Amino acid sequence: MSDTTTSGPMLAADGTPLKTSLARALRRQKLRALALIAPLLLFVVITFIIPIASMLLRSVENEIVSNTMPQATEALQSWDASSDTPPDEAVFQALYFDLFRAAEAKEHTKLGTRLNYEQTGTSSLFRTSGRNLDKVGEEWQDPIEDIAPALKDGETWYAMMSGTGGEALLESRRALWNQMVPGDFGGDVGLTLSTEIIELLPLTSAAYADWAIFEALEKGRDVSSRDPWEAVYAALGLDLRAEATVAAVNAYQGPHADDLRLLTANLDQLPDLTFRDAFADLDEDWLDPEVWQTIQIYSPSYTSGYFLNAVDMEKGPEGAQARPDNQRIYNKLFVRTLWMSLVITASCIVLGYPVAWILANLPMRTANVLMILVLLPFWTSLLVRTSAWKVLLQQQGVINDILVWLGFVDDANRLILMNNATGTVIAMTHILLPFMILPLYSVMKTIPPTYLRAAKSLGATNWTAFWRVYFPQSVPGIGAGSILVFILAIGYYITPEIVGGTDGVFISNRIAYHISSSLNWGLAAALGTILLAVVLLLYWLYDRIVGIDNVKLGG
Amino acid sequence: MNKMKIISTVSALGLIAGAAQAGGHMSNDMTLVSWGGAYQQSQISAYTDPYTAMNDGVTVTWDESSAEAVAKLRAMNEAGNITWDVVDVVAADALRLCDEGLAMEIDPDEQLAAAPDGTSAEDDFGDLLVGDCFIPQIVYSTTFGYRTDMVPAGVEAPNDICDVFDLETYPGMRALEKRPINNVEWALLCDGVAKEDVYDVLETEEGQEQALAKLDTIKDSVIWWSAGADTPQLLADGEIFMGSTYNGRLFAAIEEQGQPIGMMWDAQVFDLDGWIIPEGLSDERKARALDFIYFATDTQRLADQAKYISYGPARLSSAPLVGQHATLGIDMAPHMPTDPENAKNTFLYNYEFWADYRDDIDAKFQAWLAQ
Repeated sequence: MSDTTTSGPMLAADGTPLKTSLARALRRQKLRALALIAPLLLFVVITFIIPIASMLLRSVENEIVSNTMPQATEALQSWDASSDTPPDEAVFQALYFDLFRAAEAKEHTKLGTRLNYEQTGTSSLFRTSGRNLDKVGEEWQDPIEDIAPALKDGETWYAMMSGTGGEALLESRRALWNQMVPGDFGGDVGLTLSTEIIELLPLTSAAYADWAIFEALEKGRDVSSRDPWEAVYAALGLDLRAEATVAAVNAYQGPHADDLRLLTANLDQLPDLTFRDAFADLDEDWLDPEVWQTIQIYSPSYTSGYFLNAVDMEKGPEGAQARPDNQRIYNKLFVRTLWMSLVITASCIVLGYPVAWILANLPMRTANVLMILVLLPFWTSLLVRTSAWKVLLQQQGVINDILVWLGFVDDANRLILMNNATGTVIAMTHILLPFMILPLYSVMKTIPPTYLRAAKSLGATNWTAFWRVYFPQSVPGIGAGSILVFILAIGYYITPEIVGGTDGVFISNRIAYHISSSLNWGLAAALGTILLAVVLLLYWLYDRIVGIDNVKLGG
Repeated sequence: MNKMKIISTVSALGLIAGAAQAGGHMSNDMTLVSWGGAYQQSQISAYTDPYTAMNDGVTVTWDESSAEAVAKLRAMNEAGNITWDVVDVVAADALRLCDEGLAMEIDPDEQLAAAPDGTSAEDDFGDLLVGDCFIPQIVYSTTFGYRTDMVPAGVEAPNDICDVFDLETYPGMRALEKRPINNVEWALLCDGVAKEDVYDVLETEEGQEQALAKLDTIKDSVIWWSAGADTPQLLADGEIFMGSTYNGRLFAAIEEQGQPIGMMWDAQVFDLDGWIIPEGLSDERKARALDFIYFATDTQRLADQAKYISYGPARLSSAPLVGQHATLGIDMAPHMPTDPENAKNTFLYNYEFWADYRDDIDAKFQAWLAQ
């Protein structure tokens, strides 16, 4: 005893301090426990956490605009959205080169679809403009090739543009391509631009690099012998029109300088057209400031636009604003979903409570038979049960037929039980009933019948005995059943779709529509996120009011 | 031996060599996606059965996912794993898949068979080649059927689209599709808008409101359907007096099941259904898909499909070859939406317009429905 007090820390059998040894043993145990739950943990992360995270991300992600039109969105920054005029020539010029690349890579229609969610008409604006964009470049290509026939030849171009020192430009253009189509543009292009030509013809060099990267890496062709696309000629036209270029070209000594001098000598033969006019020719809508407002509002990489849409608002030039009355739908659907889920939960309690009470108080043998009756529909396919309700509820259906036969209902005024909220409530109450009965049953099973007898022997009436003694003990079962039913009901989709008609559908039906029909996944994700947040909020409220400790799923 | 002969021999040899070479590199498994039901059955009978009989060792798997094809292809594309080879979609979806870069572009003259008389595929399909990726197969129509035994006494059977909006003469429930497309066109047509002006009017706010206001007059008598099978079922159950659906569904209810249903045909809306090949297939699978498409969309095959279902073949050259129903033995020509007697007053689905206005008008339509 005195030994241990004097010689420092306690030692284990192998001589290490007991504390370290204990910690090591505990750590090993923890690791073993972790290894045991690792499959489940991985499963939950992969199938639950990651999809939810990706949904959250999708509801704000908006990189497609700036990735597809990097130069135009940048040029558009300085445009004043509140002015009633379309942006200036610089923006249209940037738009041309961006859209040209996008059209070649067939990305412009994706962007059109994206922007069409915000501004009707953008889809066809991008599709038709992309299709006819070649014509704009041909305005330059034809006269340029007439003046300097050598430029008809891809080899001339390659010789003129090649040299040393231009790697930086090529890499920056490659980065732009990779931004638009991630990961598609790795590898050797087979071209090094010369620094002299980059300085002399900056736009042409950039356009030529764009073309070479696409031609070599996407099409797999040798760039040294092929004609560049129309945008390169348009860029050359623009470069030549710049004031300083003429003098610089005259002093230029690089390859094919004489061809360039041919062009500068005949500048008057090149078209004097602006991209603004060219785009107006393609489609008048390009002059519509609203189109540009939409592009500017949605050019940041992340947007709150989907969330605003999901609560019946929209992004305008002055910030968030309410949508017009005739387009508001989501708030109504959210409220309806919550309200109808509450009604369904309440009717499940009303119908399920007596059933669970009977089950809990009958002799085991009879209770088991009844339990099978509760579980049998539970094991039947959801779709089958919903379709069966259709047969029962329709106007020429079983229920109406019986009511007419019994004389309760006039044949001409059969009840409308389906294709409305009533149908949804009836069918969903039936389908979700087992989720209420089972937890109720397992809780009631644990309430000793002697309590009721004791209450009565002390003079309580049947009602008082039930209400003051039995019911409070069954509340945890009601809590558990309600949470289950309510949360399941909020996300229901098939049953409302089949029997809900128009005023019995839920928000989940709209989410499904946006996932599978309109393809507006961002909006669907935002709606889903809001639904998730509402459920979590209600759960938190429930915990504050009832207390989650009071919820029991079993004895 | 004259020069022509040499050329034709050489090119024939070249063709055989080309086919053999391609055959060596073709995948033997093919997943086709379609709509299920009688329609898919007609494709099995007319296309894949003869195709697998001709090509030993080729197995075909069917997936009945055409209704969600666009969303699923997009998801497959994001996951980088395309499991479908040839997908049957309506033209509007083909256009969207093409826009999204999810469907392969097709050169009709290169990749599709010419007509037997030598007309190029491009001319044979004509205007039905919607977009760059769509390979047309059938023309179907959305039209109205009505219960013949529910027509009020002393009144002529409905034969005008506006009878749908006439609750006084033709009381009873109607079934309309739960989306604006077709419904708003019919509503405007019956609200005094000339047929050629319908889309100009629909472009405007006021026009959209006008259409919804017209639909409002029958809103309380409408059951809104979302699956093509709903209307025939509702008609058979006597739940509705008249309803819109695809003409082939009505044909099946009338001729195959003997239901007391009549066809209205007036202002039927033509639409197209056909194939697309997903973007991003391996070379072997793409070669097989193209080989199948070449076979399945030739003149005879398209005409054969009409033996099993009452949809019109998309090729001009197939029309004269349409014969009798395979099991019922009735002439199919009078049941085709394109039959002159049926096609007196028709609409063609306006792809361009709906690609732009679908989201906008749908939002308003759904808001109107929810009111």
